[in-house]
Amino acid sequence: MDLGPHSAFIVAAYATTAAVVVLLMLWIVADYRAQRRMLAELEQRGVTRRSAAPAPQASAALRREAT
Amino acid sequence: MALIDLANPTRFLALAERLLPWLAAATALAFAAGLYMAWFVAPDDYQQGATVKIMFIHVPAAWLSMGVWALMSIAALGTLVWRHPLADVAARAALPIGAAFTFACLVTGALWGRPMWGTYWVWDARLASVLVLFLMYLGLLALWQAVDEPGRAGRLAAILTLVGAINLPIIKFSVDWWNTLHQPASVVRLAGPAIHPTILWPLLVMALAFFLLFFTLHLAAMRNEILRRRVRTLRLMQAQAAPGA
Repeated sequence: MDLGPHSAFIVAAYATTAAVVVLLMLWIVADYRAQRRMLAELEQRGVTRRSAAPAPQASAALRREAT
Repeated sequence: MALIDLANPTRFLALAERLLPWLAAATALAFAAGLYMAWFVAPDDYQQGATVKIMFIHVPAAWLSMGVWALMSIAALGTLVWRHPLADVAARAALPIGAAFTFACLVTGALWGRPMWGTYWVWDARLASVLVLFLMYLGLLALWQAVDEPGRAGRLAAILTLVGAINLPIIKFSVDWWNTLHQPASVVRLAGPAIHPTILWPLLVMALAFFLLFFTLHLAAMRNEILRRRVRTLRLMQAQAAPGA
């Protein structure tokens, strides 16, 4: 395929866009894994959204926010 | 499932888990078709030659840069007026994606401008207003980082988002209101598209692919944001329950 005299600009534009999209996807996947890991760690320590512990008012409000 | 049910983050997460694989597959298919049409079907432009291929990524990125801010503006109304629990989650999740597409728009525009205009950058109304949009995205990101409490950050960001929406018509009509190096609208205009169908169709398919990509990434980012808030809430509960708290 002949891209003419400006091929470097065309390739650079597609490469930049591809890099932006790939970085976005990697960041979102890494963020998802990080959040899941932190949630699992908290639950392992017994901190759960539906904790059986009777809650003071502030804790009840926080629990509602978490559901 | 009624629309109001999606106000519940847990139900929204379940729906996102179901939708994401389908959206990702549709995005991949649309990109495969769009890139094939852009590279192997669309002819070179009679004036620009093969550099017209840059248009197939530059224009969809430009549409998304404005479209994402428009979506954030609707979400801002959801936060301030209807107090929908997912509105600021949607706005926060869209923010870095919008910034990334605006960055891609600016870079691909510069790379297209150098061979066609003889310069990477010129301070004309269209280019400057898109640069302002990019700086507004960065400003909102900084605001979200600076305010610790998500609800408060969401309300402040919603106000700034609505103020920033003034820039959208300025970007759109800058090429009509002022004398700019950038060409006037050639797809979305009252008289219909001014582009030949052999180039218009690949552009529309690529635009579809970009929008599907955005919806996929946005849904995944919203899921992350809900989980992040859960982590924050559980940590606060843990801190409250700690001895001496």
